[in-house]
This record gives sequence, C-alpha cells and structure tokens, in this order.
Amino acid sequence: MKVLYFAWLREKAGLSEETVKPPPSVKTVGALMQWLKARGGGHAAAFADARMVRAAVNQEHVPLDHPVKQGDEVAFFPPVTGG
Amino acid sequence: MIKVQTEDFDVGRELAALSRGNHAVGGVCCFVGIVRDMAGDKEIAAMTLEHYPKMTEKALAKIEAEAKSRWPLEATLIIHRHGRLEPGDRIVMVATASGHRQAAIEACHFLIDWLKTKAPFWKLEETPDGGAWVDARSTDDKAAAHWIEKTPTNKPDAAE
Repeated sequence: MKVLYFAWLREKAGLSEETVKPPPSVKTVGALMQWLKARGGGHAAAFADARMVRAAVNQEHVPLDHPVKQGDEVAFFPPVTGG
Repeated sequence: MIKVQTEDFDVGRELAALSRGNHAVGGVCCFVGIVRDMAGDKEIAAMTLEHYPKMTEKALAKIEAEAKSRWPLEATLIIHRHGRLEPGDRIVMVATASGHRQAAIEACHFLIDWLKTKAPFWKLEETPDGGAWVDARSTDDKAAAHWIEKTPTNKPDAAE
C-alpha cells in the first residue's frame, strides 16, 4: 500500500511517500501507524504524538480504527489548516 | 464549482459568473480569506500552502454537496489557492447563490467553517525565526461543530 506524509509529518519522517507491505496483523490505520513508528528514526519522530496525527484512506478522512488493506492509499498529516 | 489553483482570482468576475443568466437568484453571498502580516506577535513575510492534490477536490466537492443538500442553492463556488502567498494575497473564496438571502448567507458561512476543518491544506509561515507550521485552532473546530445537524438520535435522553 502507498503511504503519503504531509506538512511537518513529512519533514520529520524525511519522505513524502513510500510503498509498504505490512504483515497481515496490521488491519487498521492505527496499527499501520504503530508499525511505521516502530521503525524508529524519522518515523518515530513523526508519530511521537498520535493526538497530532490525522489520516485519510483513499482520499477520505478516517478515524484510526478504520481498516486498511493492500492497494489502499493511506495519508498521514497534521490537523488541516486551510481556508 | 470547485477550483484549486496557484493563480489569483478576480472576485467580481467570479461573482458575476455565479448567477449569470439565472434569474431565479435573488441573493449572492461571498467570503474571501486573505493572508495577514501578523500571527499573534510574529511578523509573517509569506505563507506557503501545501495540499494533498487528489484529496482536495474530493473533500471540497463533498463540502459543496453537503451545503446543497441542506440549503436551496442555485449555485456555489469554492476557489482555494496553494503555493507561496504574501500578505494581502487572496487565499480562498466561497460564494453561494440562492432565491433568498437566508440560505445564501447561512450556506456561505457553513462552507468556510466546514472547509477550515476538512480541506487538506497546511500552512507554513515564514517568520523572522524561520518556517513555522500553523497549528489547527480549537476555535475552528468549535465553528464547524456549530453546523453539525441535530438528529433525533443526538437529542439527550429526556429521562436524564
């Protein structure tokens, strides 16, 4: 699945997108976040505070318990500040 | 109508186009968001708007559809810029057209409040101390919450 990062999450993670293949045990957005965080380094810094992280799956806002599957596009970003 | 672009827009021209040829329109309401030069006590030289390209149009279309389902609207317009903007530059325009003023005004207010918490843009301010990402504000969440519709299932239990 494709993972995208925006704003300061992108700066801390050190990359704007990557393709990942998490194990079958990773079933939700929250679990994916924990799996990415466990890599340490920039990913750990980006996901240090889950309260500051929002997510979208296939370009729709979702809560952290939303399911994820292969082929999805998952994006992680701070609370939006448009307008 | 949704436009996501780097270029500036002409408010007068856009408003004229909104109701052109549609004489069912009795009222047009508009909001324009502009870059300021101060954020708190920090001086802002410029602001760069980052966005999630595939999601912005989808999210704005959803916001527009929500407004059309709640109010009788003849037309709506959302224009949102991205890229580097300087103080005085226009960032966003929302406009609504309806038969009467109440729907036009309320829907316009709804569109900008809803957009502030749902449209995937992020602002990076250029300050004397370097780049600073703008934090989302709880006042924006409160403004958006004001528009959440009360349904019978949301009403408090009368027995409480």
